[in-house]
Amino acid sequence: MGPVEEYVARTDGTCGKDKDVIVTFKYGKKDEVAKKIMRKAKVEKSISNMIFELTFKGYSFRLYASGKTIFRDLKDKEELNALLSELLT
Amino acid sequence: MNDQPLIYFDNAATSQKPRQVIEAVKDFYENHNANVHRAVHTLSQEASELYENAHEEVAKFINAKGMEETIFVRGTTEAINLVAYAWGLRNLKKGDEVLVTLMEHHSNIVPWENLSKINGFQVKYAQLNRDGTLDYEDFERMITNKTRLVCMAHVSNVTGVMNDVKRIAKVAHDHKALVLVDGAQSVPHMPVDVKDLDVDFLAFSGHKMLAPTGIGALYGKRDLLEEMEPFHGGGEMIREVSFDPKTKRSIIKWNSLPWKFEAGTPNVGGGVGLMEAVRYLKRIGMETVRKHEEMLTKYAMDQMEQCCDKVEIYGPQDPSIKCGIIPFGFEGLSSHDIALFLDNYGIMVRSGYHCAQPLHELFGLKSSARASFYIYNTREEIDRFAEVLKEIEQF
Repeated sequence: MGPVEEYVARTDGTCGKDKDVIVTFKYGKKDEVAKKIMRKAKVEKSISNMIFELTFKGYSFRLYASGKTIFRDLKDKEELNALLSELLT
Repeated sequence: MNDQPLIYFDNAATSQKPRQVIEAVKDFYENHNANVHRAVHTLSQEASELYENAHEEVAKFINAKGMEETIFVRGTTEAINLVAYAWGLRNLKKGDEVLVTLMEHHSNIVPWENLSKINGFQVKYAQLNRDGTLDYEDFERMITNKTRLVCMAHVSNVTGVMNDVKRIAKVAHDHKALVLVDGAQSVPHMPVDVKDLDVDFLAFSGHKMLAPTGIGALYGKRDLLEEMEPFHGGGEMIREVSFDPKTKRSIIKWNSLPWKFEAGTPNVGGGVGLMEAVRYLKRIGMETVRKHEEMLTKYAMDQMEQCCDKVEIYGPQDPSIKCGIIPFGFEGLSSHDIALFLDNYGIMVRSGYHCAQPLHELFGLKSSARASFYIYNTREEIDRFAEVLKEIEQF
C-alpha cells in the first residue's frame, strides 16, 4: 500500500470557478499525517496550532487540524498524488 | 465536531431531524411496515392509512384542496422534472417560451433546457438587479402571449431573497401562462398558501424541513393534474391494464390522483417522516419560524459587519426581504478556505456555487460561502461564528 492509499480518505475537487482540491485524511491518522507534513513543509503562518499555511517545493497549501488540506493550481490528479506521496512518505 | 461544539449553518442544503421524526420513521418500520394499496391484510391497511394521512397533512400545510393535489416525489428536482415531462413534453412546442429567472437553482434550469432541445421551444431568462433581487418590470415585460410557463424560486437558495410570487402569478395568468414555483427554500421557513399565491405547481423537498431525505412533494392544481399524463409508468399508478386480443395492445386506465403520478412502491417511511416533520413545524407555527429566522439573519448580518472588515455580504443587505440565508466572502480567501476554516472550529457552512452558477456569474464571483439558519439555531451560535471570523482575520 502506498502512502496515498494509507493516509488519504477522500479527494474532492471544489465547486466553483476556483479549481481547488480538498484532501481529507483518514480520521484516525490525521495527527500522524500532520506530523509528517510539518516535518517536510515550511510553516508560513498559523492560527492557534489549528490552521497552517505551508509551502513545499514551490507549492502553497493549507493544513487544518480537522485533517484536511486545500491545494491550489494543481494540473491534475497525477501531480496531486506525486505531491502527496512526497509529503506523506 | 472536530473537537468543538457543532454549529450547523448549512440548513439551505439540508436540515437536521428532530427526535420525533426519527421516532416516527422507526415506529413505522418496526410496527407498520408493509406495501401500500396492494393487499387486504391489516398491516398493509395500516401502512396505506399512514401514507394517505401523510398526503393529507402535507396538503393542509400548504393549503391545497386535498391529497389529490399533493404528489409525493423524491424531492424538488424530481417534482420539477415531473412537470417538465408530464406537462411540458406534451404541451410545449416550437414558438412557445418558458420563462425562468437568473437566480434559479440548476434544478429549475436544466429540465427546461433539456426539454427545449426535444420540443424546440425557447427558454428565456428574466434579469436581476445588481443586488440579486428580481427586476420585476423586466420580468413582467418578458411575459408575453408566447409564454406558456413561468418558473421561479420563491426564495433564492443563494441570497435568501424572497420573491413576490403572487405578483408574477397574476401577470402570468393574465397571459394564460402557468406558474411553477420552486419552494425548496420557502416551504420549510415561512407560511406558504398555494391558494393565496395562486400558483399552478409548487415543488419542495422534505429533507430541508426536518423530514428524511428522498421524500418531497409536488403540488398541482387538480384540473391540471387530471389532464396530465403520468411521468413514470408501472405499478400503483394504474387502475387497470387489460390485453385487447384484437389490437394486441394493452388498454391502460390510470389510477386516481395523486397515485397516477406515484409509480412503483412509494417511499412510505419517508412519507411518515414528512408527516411528522409537518406536525412538528405546525406546533411551532410557521409565522414563528419565519420571525425567528428573520431575527437570526438580521443579528448575523450585524455581527458579521461588526466583527471584521474583511467580510463582505453578497446580495441584498436588507434582512427583512431575506429568508435565513447569507452569502458572503472573506478578503484574500476562497469560499472553500472560509468553509474549511470554520469547519475546523465546528461551524458547518457551504461553499461553492450552491447549484446556482448563473447568479454567481452575475455577481462576478468565483464562488461564495453561505450561512443558512433554521429553527434550532441561536444568537449564541452566531456570536461564536463572528468570534471565529474575527480570528480568521488575524491569519
